Amino acid sequence: MSYKGVWILGEQEAGNIKSVSYELLKRGRELADKLGVELTAVMLGKKMARERLQELVYRGADKVIVVEDPALEYFLPDPYVNAMEILINRHRPEILIASATSTGRTVAPALAIRCNTGLTADCTGLDIDAENGNLIQTRPAIGGNILATIRTPNHRPQMATVRPHSNKPLDPDRHRTGRIINESVDPALLKSRTKRLEFKKNEDAGSNIQDAEIVIAGGKGFKKEENFRILHEVAALLGGAVGATRDAVDLGWATYPHQVGLSGKTISPKLYMGIGISGSVQHLAGIKTSENIIAVNNDPEAQIFRVADFGIVGDLFEVLPLIKQKLQAIKKQ
Amino acid sequence: MKIVVPIKQVPETNNVKMDPVTGTMVRDGVEPIINPLDLYAIEEGVLLKERIGGEVRALSMGPKKAILAIKEAIAMGCDDGILLSDRAFAGADTWATSYVLSQAIKKIGDYDLIICGERATDGDTGQVGPGIATWLDIPFATYINKIVEIRENSLVVERMVEDGYEILEIETPCLLTVVKEINYPRLPSLRRKQLARQIEIPVWGPADIEADTKNLGLKGSPTRVVKISTPQVTRNGKLLTPKNENEIEAAVDQLIEFLQGKEII
Ligand SMILES: Cc1cc2nc3c(=O)[nH]c(=O)nc-3n(C[C@H](O)[C@H](O)[C@H](O)COP(=O)(O)OP(=O)(O)OC[C@H]3O[C@@H](n4cnc5c(N)ncnc54)[C@H](O)[C@@H]3O)c2cc1C
Ligand SMILES: Nc1ncnc2c1ncn2[C@@H]1O[C@H](COP(=O)(O)O)[C@@H](O)[C@H]1O
Repeated sequence: MSYKGVWILGEQEAGNIKSVSYELLKRGRELADKLGVELTAVMLGKKMARERLQELVYRGADKVIVVEDPALEYFLPDPYVNAMEILINRHRPEILIASATSTGRTVAPALAIRCNTGLTADCTGLDIDAENGNLIQTRPAIGGNILATIRTPNHRPQMATVRPHSNKPLDPDRHRTGRIINESVDPALLKSRTKRLEFKKNEDAGSNIQDAEIVIAGGKGFKKEENFRILHEVAALLGGAVGATRDAVDLGWATYPHQVGLSGKTISPKLYMGIGISGSVQHLAGIKTSENIIAVNNDPEAQIFRVADFGIVGDLFEVLPLIKQKLQAIKKQ
Repeated sequence: MKIVVPIKQVPETNNVKMDPVTGTMVRDGVEPIINPLDLYAIEEGVLLKERIGGEVRALSMGPKKAILAIKEAIAMGCDDGILLSDRAFAGADTWATSYVLSQAIKKIGDYDLIICGERATDGDTGQVGPGIATWLDIPFATYINKIVEIRENSLVVERMVEDGYEILEIETPCLLTVVKEINYPRLPSLRRKQLARQIEIPVWGPADIEADTKNLGLKGSPTRVVKISTPQVTRNGKLLTPKNENEIEAAVDQLIEFLQGKEII
């Protein structure tokens, strides 16, 4: 049996479909249309409501495969990898894309070994080679200094993880139709050698920089911890999260989940604002694919201005309070 | 506890220069270093050993000069190390790399825990750790920021995800990939540096690890890098340099307009 069709691996939390799944559907739709094949969304979970799954169809899927089992309630490597391996062997898709989230970047590499195929991490571009139908995968590497184009010529499925927020989902089309199919997997194969004992949600709301549409980040230019407070205030006004450079984290002005860059998180928000940040290679590695970049720095030579769409050369202690004031005024209107 | 720490030697990305013509990395004069994120893996191994006893072994696949990386790991507190080096290993992607490392670990045989870095700063994939665990068919957990408890046949660990921390219990032997938050890597001591200088590092090839030669190097890699390009870094954005209070206010107004124009606010 030959390999055919494009699959995306959706993600859910407590039965709610995460928006990265819709981003993947947009990518998958483009690939499936170029190949003239079906696009399938795979959802694993404990219990998935029909209308939620229908949303996957509205957002581009021709088919939704659902596996429901208590063992699949939360992401754990063993049951997820086993279930996916079984589904892949059953249906043989030619392409499988997952999101480059903590889940996708964990399940995909294990699955690639099981399926004896290649995997390209954290892609920002996916396309189909018009000549042979192969998947063309583009990804930044070496701290964003290069873009590599990668293929998986002789192994199937061709697998990739896709950087979250690197594209927008399609708007739902309520006229789209598709099939939702429940499939079963032998529960004995969903046993996990890892147990989830507990989950501690981040209390401070501004720390989920990877999911945020807006990230406002601060660096050493803030001089001391107290000065970071205004960053949180501006972030709250914008409904965004707070990021920080490694130096700011090392100084204890922010915790590690806030760190952006090579040894922190790679983010791709709609807006990234870097304040009092020099723009080191390592920091820029984490922000280069942001849609809009704004920078405030009192040094006109700061590297961050090279990647900024809009920059102000000025003292952050003068500029930031003004930004806050203007945003407050807009809010009041 | 017997611990294996796979470490990778990478070019120091601080001052990576790209050849504008070929689009490849200029390697001349670029110091190879231990992948900075692997220092946390080494440190965690050494900390565990100091806490409960055992031994820590560094393992690296790479060119001969990667011996230096292993010696540095020993200077940080690892007991010994093994280098996997052979022309047949060259050009491996994460699939082939994790195969070789897993074969070497099978050869080592006796282990309770494998600790990897979160990802290597050059390839930046984070795929090798989960790959090794899958080849070995042992449980694994990624993005670990804390080892909470060591139990008889399991570990309790904390895993950093987008919106919080999972507390997991994982059966041993297992593989963990660790993030920067887990510890503060120490600097090698002078005494250990001297010790490391004297230790002979064994170099293993395909036969030593009973590798299936068709799984090795570029030939064994399912993925192919077909093109490398240097992305345009400059966005040529608007840059304002206000000189006085009024100009600052006008600049901030323009910033707000920019945000409104992009429908961000
Ligand atoms: C292996 C490795 C990994 C790394 N990983 C990361 C990473 O993940 N993330 C990261 O961020 N860094 C990382 N770094 C560190 C990185 O090299 C830089 O040291 C760091 O990003 C600098 O942080 P900064 O911009 O806050 O500080 P600085 O470089 O000190 O910049 C501060 C900036 O603030 C400006 N400033 C000062 N006062 C004012 C004022 N009043 N108003 C306006 N502007 C002002 C200054 O002009 C300056 O440009 C890594 C380094 C290495 C070697
Ligand atoms: N060539 C190698 N030799 C030893 N360990 C490696 C090698 N490549 C990767 N690793 C390990 O796997 C982790 C993830 O690497 P990567 O998947 O390349 O981002 C690293 O932090 C190392 O712990």
